[in-house]
Amino acid sequence: MRDFEYEAPMSLDDAVALLSGNPAAAKPLAGGTDLIDHIRTRRLEPDLVVDVKKIPDLNVLEFGDDGLRLGAAVPCYRIYGDPQVAAAYSALADSCRIIGGTQIQSRASVGGNLCNSGPAADSTPSLIALGARVVIAGPGGRREVAAEDFCTGPGQNVLESGELVVEIVFPARPAVGGSHYRRFIPRNEMDIAVVGVGAAVELDESGQSFVSARIALAAVAPTPLYVEAAGAALSGQPVSDEAIAAAADAAREAATPIDDMRGTVEFRKHISGVLTDRVIREAVARARGEETGYRIGQ
Amino acid sequence: MATVEDRQFRVEPFPGGTPGNQRLVEEGRLPDYDVVGTRPIRHDGTDKVTGRARYGADIKLSGLLQGYVLRSPHAHARIVSIDTSKAAEVPGVHAVCTNADMPSADHRAGDLGEGIVDWYHLNQNVLANDKVLYTGHAVAAVAADSVHIAEEAARLIEVEYEVLPPVLDVREARGADAPVLNDDVRTDLQPAGETGDTPTNVAKHFHYEKGDVDAGFAAAELVIEREFTTETVHQGYIEPHTATAFWSPDGKITVWTSTQGSFMIRMQVAELLDVPISKVKVVPMEIGGGFGGKIAVYLQPVAAVLSKLSGRPVKLNMDRSNVFDATGPTPGSYMKVKIGVDAEGKITAGEAELLFEAGAFPGSPINPGCMCVFACYDVPNGRIDGYDICVNKPRTNAYRAPGSTHVALATETIVDEICEAQGICPVEFRLKNAVKEGDERVDGVTYPPVGMWETIKAVELSDHWQSPLEGPNRGRGIASGFWFNFGGNSVVAATVNEDGTVSLIEGSTDIGGSRASVAMQLAEILGIAAEDVTPTVVDTDSIGHTDVTGGSRTCHATGLAAIKAAEDIQAQLCQRAAMLWDVESEQVEYGDGATLTGPEGKTISFQEIAGKLTQTGGPVVGRGSVNADKHGGAFGTHIADVEVDPDTGKVQVLRYTVVQDVGTAIHPSYVEGQMQGGAAQGIGWALNEEYHYGDDGRLHNASFLDYRIPTCYDLPDIETIIVEVPNPGHPFGVRGVGEVPIVPPPAAMANAIFRATGVRMRSLPMSPPKVLHELLSSDG
Repeated sequence: MRDFEYEAPMSLDDAVALLSGNPAAAKPLAGGTDLIDHIRTRRLEPDLVVDVKKIPDLNVLEFGDDGLRLGAAVPCYRIYGDPQVAAAYSALADSCRIIGGTQIQSRASVGGNLCNSGPAADSTPSLIALGARVVIAGPGGRREVAAEDFCTGPGQNVLESGELVVEIVFPARPAVGGSHYRRFIPRNEMDIAVVGVGAAVELDESGQSFVSARIALAAVAPTPLYVEAAGAALSGQPVSDEAIAAAADAAREAATPIDDMRGTVEFRKHISGVLTDRVIREAVARARGEETGYRIGQ
Repeated sequence: MATVEDRQFRVEPFPGGTPGNQRLVEEGRLPDYDVVGTRPIRHDGTDKVTGRARYGADIKLSGLLQGYVLRSPHAHARIVSIDTSKAAEVPGVHAVCTNADMPSADHRAGDLGEGIVDWYHLNQNVLANDKVLYTGHAVAAVAADSVHIAEEAARLIEVEYEVLPPVLDVREARGADAPVLNDDVRTDLQPAGETGDTPTNVAKHFHYEKGDVDAGFAAAELVIEREFTTETVHQGYIEPHTATAFWSPDGKITVWTSTQGSFMIRMQVAELLDVPISKVKVVPMEIGGGFGGKIAVYLQPVAAVLSKLSGRPVKLNMDRSNVFDATGPTPGSYMKVKIGVDAEGKITAGEAELLFEAGAFPGSPINPGCMCVFACYDVPNGRIDGYDICVNKPRTNAYRAPGSTHVALATETIVDEICEAQGICPVEFRLKNAVKEGDERVDGVTYPPVGMWETIKAVELSDHWQSPLEGPNRGRGIASGFWFNFGGNSVVAATVNEDGTVSLIEGSTDIGGSRASVAMQLAEILGIAAEDVTPTVVDTDSIGHTDVTGGSRTCHATGLAAIKAAEDIQAQLCQRAAMLWDVESEQVEYGDGATLTGPEGKTISFQEIAGKLTQTGGPVVGRGSVNADKHGGAFGTHIADVEVDPDTGKVQVLRYTVVQDVGTAIHPSYVEGQMQGGAAQGIGWALNEEYHYGDDGRLHNASFLDYRIPTCYDLPDIETIIVEVPNPGHPFGVRGVGEVPIVPPPAAMANAIFRATGVRMRSLPMSPPKVLHELLSSDG
């Protein structure tokens, strides 16, 4: 591993100053579960690592009537460990429960997962499905982007030099709503998504029709993929096999995967449809408050 | 004598085990021992579970330098030049070495116990000379004050490569147009002993024939011929390779390392560095898994050379990507196998063509593959051709029953197809065709008493086989497998302590609980408790030559040495008692309950006489030295229940039972652990493990993220049925147990997947994309 300098600022302004002072060679560190590995394997060679875990703004986890504020450095275990958050934003909790094992979950953050901008990131489809917005701070002040607009390519995103993610904000959940994320992995745990699907649905009061839905896919495109057409196939439709199949078809169509060691094009496109179907059904069941059969690894 | 079919058997819980631990018992035949077959807590257990055990990388020495090995980025290239001058100038660097700093080696064969090496090739594998043959091939090494300095310095080493096209597939590599890896390799035809005259990648061709093969197939009612492929897989031991060496100014080299065979490390270091073996001492540290992959040297000679150049002790550790890139693996393969059966389902003939990857240098387990392909069945007519073929991958090394798992996939899948086609129950087919004592294998070996038939019988009687498997997309498969096991050289010395205990020293490094099983055999003979024996694994200066812990030989051969040492102690104690009682030693008998008896009702216990040794001539040390050659081969049959997700191709193992003839289980818990561990590795190999290479020959998945060994979430609680058909070549009947259980799983899983889906998988791994592809193709 190459030597680097380490700073742990206590304020956002200090962090922005450090990152702006050496923009090409400085990297923010939250849980470090990706960054340290990248430094060790020389994918990244920063001169300066700025630990952002000590900044209060990045450790906010605030659940309220108008939504959820999630600080960029909040580790996964705090998210699924908060019963209100886990119940209302269950897709996000699903993601956090399957990112690594217990040790990783006690360090790794959703903000870091987003900024690493891997196509297979497990939490990003949940952010997109739940309609989250990403709050960014930098030398030019603050700005916000929609979660689906954050990643621009494998390992690439909209952050400009000196910028960092402060928090992710989620709108309030609808009265009859449910969400779910699951991924396909060859094993049952400790693995990376071959395909991941996140969905959030809003049903009418009877629970029999979709009001709206948002669906996002992981690992089937250069970036996490918001599939607007899949949500549109559900919106206003009765909850039915036909509507769900149409959404699954849309997801399969939208997927543009590559052949690699984790899966073939044929496999990933097929699984995009299969998982979308399963994820929507789970999200509907959750919206209705029904018992569901989901177990991690299925 | 009653035929085997008339004997009465039952399956029952094995005492002291969990509910899933069972055994096959033959009416009227139960072993009768005091210590053997019990489950004492292992002697090294506390240190292991409290983290006190010292593994290879735990060694710390004053003045210790850390090293880093520079490795090839290319799969196949000629080294034009290496310039180390910039690295040597980095502050904190104490030594830089390349192949030029090692003595040159000759083409001579060395026997490492689980494989033969050519010293010339091993020299080039340790540090490349004029060519690199796989990505990760070691090229140069640096020793420095810290590993970071060493790494930074190594990156300043300038290596000029002339990149050559790689060849990765065995079928391509044997073609006339394929790039040849090693100019010096000629095809060696065995057992004929003829040698080819042109450079080639085909290092060996084994040919075996028995009976009249064409007539055998002509007599068959049904002949099935199929092709199979398997990918390169790694042993997957958790502890990476590590070596620390100090080359003293007096010329003595000490090596601290984790290895399966300290004496094999001594031999290799001595050969490669051209020093006598007496100048090398190898101190074996605890080992975090080996499975055959920690026999050959990688880092040890390099650390020694760096130590010689720097005058300081040097430690070299691999990281996980080094381990995948440059160590292990077991070969990928292509196999074409044909089996014919008559109308009654009796095998009439078998034929096999087997192509195994050697990796960069010759030495795949192709010969064991040839010998195992039809080993489970009485095949009256057979022809086997096996080829050892160099490809641009790391040099293959032994992995648990090397070669046998590959060929079992082929044979056992075809057997299942025959059963399906002829409407025969797979258990019945195997009972009918199982090899028995006196049957001759295609390679000409005649079996001593073996337990293949009994393992099938145990399957038939098992709760698992008798419980119907219900539900959609589920299927049950069975498969059998064979491994030879091994004997070899072992030495044990045992000192009687005044308090009535025994200190046992041995040279067998303990990778599978052998300290306990060796100590128990000594305890059984002496009539004392296993806890009253303290076993210690010692360095190569402290005990006689002991072969590698491999080939499932240790419990058998080192156990034999322990038995001999115990008998030596008994004889000496009889002399001491005779001295005390003033009688002839022939009048003293070492009897049951650790009691010595003499004339006129004289008795003295082992504990009592142990306290009188210093007054009767001094301490008593028993010694046992063996070259064991009556290791019993062993068979296993596995039952797998799976459920296949028809939409994703993902396979879940619902229930799994390992049935195995172990001869006699010395410590049943460790026998069961071996059976379960072997099955776990075999299931991993079956479902997801594979090396992924790019067209450029670069390994893409050199990490446990994308090289998928099973986790505890992927396996059920694996049930075991111990079958005990004693090996007549051992006083307690011990056969090797460690390797057999990896053989049947891929075939058992493939057969189960077929029963669940109707799809035959003939290519490992049976990963979701491949299974789904077959499912989608069969639908269309």
